[in-house]
Amino acid sequence: TLLQIGCEDGSVKLFQVVPGGIQFERNLDRRKGRILCLSWHPSETHIAAGSIDALRVFDVSSGQTVQRIMVNYHVQKVQRECIVWSIAFLSSGTVVTSDSFGRVQFWDWERGTLLESHTVSTSAVLSLAVSEKEDSIVVGTSTGATYQFQLLPVKMGSLEKRWVRTKPFQHHTHDVRAVAHSSTALISGGLDAQLVIRPLMEKMQKKGYDAVLRKFTFPHRCLVSCARKARLLLFQFSQYLELWRLGSTDETGKDGEVLPLCRMPEHLVQLKSKGPEHIYCSCVSLCGSWIAYSTASRFHLYRVQYEGDSVSIKKVPKLPKLLLPAYQLQFSSDSSSLFVASARGSVHVLQLLEPGGCKHLHTFQPPSGSPEAVYLLASSADGHWVAAVGGDWAIHVYNLKCFKHHCTVPMYSCAVTALAIHPVTNNLVIAYSDQQLFEFSIPKKQYTAWSRTVQNCGLHKAWLERDSPITHIAFNPKNPSHILLHDIYMFCVLDKSLPLPDNSALLMNQSTLKQLPETARQRQLHAFKICKKFQPLLFADLLDENCLVMVERPIMDIKTQLPLPIQRKKFGT
Amino acid sequence: MVAPATLRVVRCGGSALHGARAVFSADSKYLLCASGDFVKMYSVATEETLRLMGGHADLVTGVQLNPHNHMQLYSSSVDGTIKLWDFMDGIPIKTFTVGSKLLALYALASSEDSVFVVIPKSGERDTFQLVSVKLTKAAGQDLEAKELSVVLDGVDASPKRIAFGREGEYVASVKEVNLQVYFFKQRQLNRFSVSATRTKGGNNHFTCVACHPVEDCIATGHADGKIRLWRNFYHKKEYTFSTLHWHHDTVMDLAFSVEGTSLLSGGVESVLVLWRNESDRQKDFLPRLGSAIEYISMSSDGALCCTLHTDNRITIINSNLRFSKSIQGLIKSRDVKTGLVVDPRTKALVLNGEPGHLQFYCLQSDQQLFSLDIVQRQYIHQAGLNQADLVKVAFSAQGKWLATVEEREEVTDPELQLKLWFYDEETQSFKLNTRINMPHDDHITDMCFRDMDELEDDSLILVTAGRDCVFKVWVMVEDTDPEAQQSVSWSCDFVGSYHNYQATNCCFSEDGSLLAVSFEETVTVWDSVTWDLKCTFCHPPGKIRNICFGRLTCSKYLIGATDYGFLCCWNLLSCALEWSAYLNVLILQPDPLSEYIAAVSWLSKESSLFVFKPNEPRPIYIQRNLCKEKIQLAAFVPRDEPEMIGSEKYLWLRRSQLFFLTDTQELMTLSTKSLEERLTPSSKQLAVEESLPVTPFSLLLGKHRRQQSQKDTGLGKPVRNKHEQDSPAVKELLHTPAHVLPSASFLCPIFINSLLISKENKSAEEVADEVEMESEKTEDDSDEERDVTEMEQEDASPVELLGEMTCKLSKSQEKELRKIRKIDYSWISAF
Repeated sequence: TLLQIGCEDGSVKLFQVVPGGIQFERNLDRRKGRILCLSWHPSETHIAAGSIDALRVFDVSSGQTVQRIMVNYHVQKVQRECIVWSIAFLSSGTVVTSDSFGRVQFWDWERGTLLESHTVSTSAVLSLAVSEKEDSIVVGTSTGATYQFQLLPVKMGSLEKRWVRTKPFQHHTHDVRAVAHSSTALISGGLDAQLVIRPLMEKMQKKGYDAVLRKFTFPHRCLVSCARKARLLLFQFSQYLELWRLGSTDETGKDGEVLPLCRMPEHLVQLKSKGPEHIYCSCVSLCGSWIAYSTASRFHLYRVQYEGDSVSIKKVPKLPKLLLPAYQLQFSSDSSSLFVASARGSVHVLQLLEPGGCKHLHTFQPPSGSPEAVYLLASSADGHWVAAVGGDWAIHVYNLKCFKHHCTVPMYSCAVTALAIHPVTNNLVIAYSDQQLFEFSIPKKQYTAWSRTVQNCGLHKAWLERDSPITHIAFNPKNPSHILLHDIYMFCVLDKSLPLPDNSALLMNQSTLKQLPETARQRQLHAFKICKKFQPLLFADLLDENCLVMVERPIMDIKTQLPLPIQRKKFGT
Repeated sequence: MVAPATLRVVRCGGSALHGARAVFSADSKYLLCASGDFVKMYSVATEETLRLMGGHADLVTGVQLNPHNHMQLYSSSVDGTIKLWDFMDGIPIKTFTVGSKLLALYALASSEDSVFVVIPKSGERDTFQLVSVKLTKAAGQDLEAKELSVVLDGVDASPKRIAFGREGEYVASVKEVNLQVYFFKQRQLNRFSVSATRTKGGNNHFTCVACHPVEDCIATGHADGKIRLWRNFYHKKEYTFSTLHWHHDTVMDLAFSVEGTSLLSGGVESVLVLWRNESDRQKDFLPRLGSAIEYISMSSDGALCCTLHTDNRITIINSNLRFSKSIQGLIKSRDVKTGLVVDPRTKALVLNGEPGHLQFYCLQSDQQLFSLDIVQRQYIHQAGLNQADLVKVAFSAQGKWLATVEEREEVTDPELQLKLWFYDEETQSFKLNTRINMPHDDHITDMCFRDMDELEDDSLILVTAGRDCVFKVWVMVEDTDPEAQQSVSWSCDFVGSYHNYQATNCCFSEDGSLLAVSFEETVTVWDSVTWDLKCTFCHPPGKIRNICFGRLTCSKYLIGATDYGFLCCWNLLSCALEWSAYLNVLILQPDPLSEYIAAVSWLSKESSLFVFKPNEPRPIYIQRNLCKEKIQLAAFVPRDEPEMIGSEKYLWLRRSQLFFLTDTQELMTLSTKSLEERLTPSSKQLAVEESLPVTPFSLLLGKHRRQQSQKDTGLGKPVRNKHEQDSPAVKELLHTPAHVLPSASFLCPIFINSLLISKENKSAEEVADEVEMESEKTEDDSDEERDVTEMEQEDASPVELLGEMTCKLSKSQEKELRKIRKIDYSWISAF
């Protein structure tokens, strides 16, 4: 309930966390020098602060500096300043620091003595995290390497223990800015836009999803929204939005051919968000005339008008005062209303008025009254239903005609990664993070027969072992049995009319099917038709019956925009 | 035993690889290492070989100090025995027969009366087990040790792949990609493995293992140059390791320092790496150790470390990673291309040493005199890289000129260089005089100087025979270039050829008037003045392999050996074949000081030696089955003084000694002396350091103690010693400059007085006056010296002094007595 803040001017401020905000309590002893990192002692009696060339320990109750340790003392003739980038206060009274000289040092704060010093790198050690049991530490360096330290007994059976640098990992190419230590894994994130989860094999009981190294480059969210009717795509970047008009072709060709474009894709608008805040979510209406986005504190709605080739964009003024921020935005299929998922579990319905105005229509509250933020929304094509998923993973379906709660989908023990309502049957298709798929009939308030067979037969093993979640679900209006799913690495057409594959069958059988004769092909067909041609795939949606839009973001594109990594000689000593 | 006059083959240097890590004696004064069938003891201070302990019938595979008595040594051998030695006296105390091949030996302080050995598992090929052998305490020299208990199964045969941990609590063994750790107390066996797949070009196979002396930490070396430090290995699952990586190729050996604060590692890079605090950021290097490091061992006080190299060199390194000493016998080179050549000046054996170097090996002291860099290019260790190497070497008669040929093997044509070196008296080394690029278009097959002792320098002629079908004659010419620093240089004088055959051998007659050059099947004889072809000989079929002229009384004969197995002797006067014998001669070596010629043949996997005179077709001496290995090279080395040889049969050994180099680069010689005579320990009395290792702290402490003890001993010693040192008269005498001293006769009485034991010490001091002093300085000095030497003897062996005083015995009796006493002593200490 206390928050401490270190400032560039060397002061440490203590804040009380109260419901709805923080409240300044007092200043601790102020000295010269920037404070770069802070750490509470687990008993909350002391605070360790790292600054340049020194670390300080404060007594919380008195606010006095009780110990000041010069980190640089042991290095002679070094003119450079030593920046303590990260600090951790262990319950044993040991203070762990990582500094810009590439050292990880262990101090006894009461005596002010150095217990151990490990030089792990020639470049700075930027981040540090301690495991809950305080027997393992992970540090991240600016060369992209992470190292694990373990507190190991010096001799078998003896109580004397020592910190030993054990495993180095090199999963990053750039600075590792943040590390975390879970009970079974080391998690690191770096400037190279990757989040790496490295499991600790010795803590694993069995092989499974958790026992594999995971690398994430993209958030598990849909960052692209598509205006199907207007053939527009809205790309969400961290600080701005881009609206593009898709190119088109009037030729047809065979499989594998690249068709010439008769109209090139066109960059219509770049919408920059004001201030330093990142854009949290964004959406474009199906007709393309409305764009909404939300940052951490503000919500914006724009009206876009197309006159020939020119585009004009106008901010909608006088937005209703809503509880902020919005976690997800969704336009209704007829572009008449906007659904705003709020941080407090409710869904607001805004009515959009021509020529650029809006009005608060209704707020749906979950019947349980749970305050968990709603992070996914799906609206039906006929404008009857909207489904919302909160942080407690409960899916609520609301009726838009009479503005009341319709039903709740039975709880499942995993997070929902994507959901959509079928335009024809009004079935809610739900994808969970453990790769399970469910189909829920909203009018009948129950799982469909197909969903029950899926649960009875079980999904294919290869499907369940995929490591990236389904981020978007779309439907083929011409063929109601088709469901279009995609994750980062594959695109799948799920045909409900075909039998499910069993574990002995090949899941990804498109290439083998092509070589088979027609009769044999019929026998081999199963429900999952998977295409892995586009990677990493950010978005896929059906524009019309014979046109599918895919958004691919090559990793190399991102890498070229990164700053240069630290240059090292391969055999440099 | 051996009859007195039979000729024995004796190994005298160079040897098969060291079979095990070397050990330092407890006081770090001596280094003990396995060398072939022997255990060699070197002095760390002087690099001398002090003792050669022989007795094993096969390769020695392990050397370990007795942990309960640091004056004793265990050694194990492939012949299935463990021997306990008193290494200070070189006496074997006990022999334990185990029965199966012993491949490694480990002795632990914690195990009372057993040692650990690696033996092959009976009934299975290529599987080995670590067993502990109980050494019985029964009396007697030869004992059976049949009480074996298996500790670990499936271990590797190499001694580097097993290590015992802190206080003998556990043993770690590595094989391929598996590490096994067995805890003795818990009787628990933990197995760990690294992934066998060669990802990213790495090869995870284990190559060696070392255990931390005080902590639970195991260091393992890997084939891809990584070093892994294992900890927490008593948990089957939560074990952990960190990796150190510097070596680019296999880590050959690892050793922890005594306190375990640093780790030493070595490999083919011939760089010793010191890792501090198990961190890969703090490391030190000792580069350019000459050749790949095979074994690393630390002395027990941590002050020294020694590395054994693949070329048989031993390097002793200080604790601060400074090169200290190098014990090098015959350096093992990859291929002895130069043959065995005797340097006429030093009588040292000259052959290939380090890559591109010429080593001068002293036979008497079994030491390398020096190494001459011929190629003068940095040697780069890299697989598949062709580097220039020395292939031929020749000395002029007095050793004033040295000719060398180096070549670099290229796919298309070889790169050749002929260098001529002049011996510089001032610097006492050879100086490059002339460098000739591409002296021949193809490989040079032979090279010789005209060997004429009495002739002037100008008449010195060098002949090279090449595979490009010519032989070339090189002579010295006055240098006309005024800028040249030297007065003479070498240039080609004559090119001879014969029917476009490849020239294979060349040889001058003793008086230098004739040159014999063999061209494939034909031997041609040329006049060395006019370069006319005199006559030709041949003995078809078969190409000429070796030729040589007879010497002294037999100088009219030319001997040749063909590769069809004929030895022919031609008479130069009659130009006819004198005799021929059917013999597959590999080596034909004439003795430079007599008319005898030695021929070594290779038939049905054994070498035989024949010694004959050219004028008699019957050999004087035949020794069949000289040794099992193929003999590669042989040389006669002139003796310093003719040896007295009783038997008529061995008269050919009177003036020179014959040395052989085998395939494994062991140097052998023939000796008439019996085994006992050769093996008698050197007369040097080894000072026995009874005290345990000296540490800097104990030195400090010891200084204090010694002062005390000196006071004590001072009482027992004759007063004379103390008095003499204290006497101011003597002091004055010694410190006053000679030119101000009074005459000797004047000083003499004062000096004598000072030596006398006076009732009052004062009197001598009073008399001592500078003006009065007078002395024959030399005499006094000598007196003084004598006293000092006497004193030293007394100091060194006070025990012996007592022995001498008790009874006067004859020399032999005394020797016997001493031997018995020493055996007794070690017996006591063993139990």
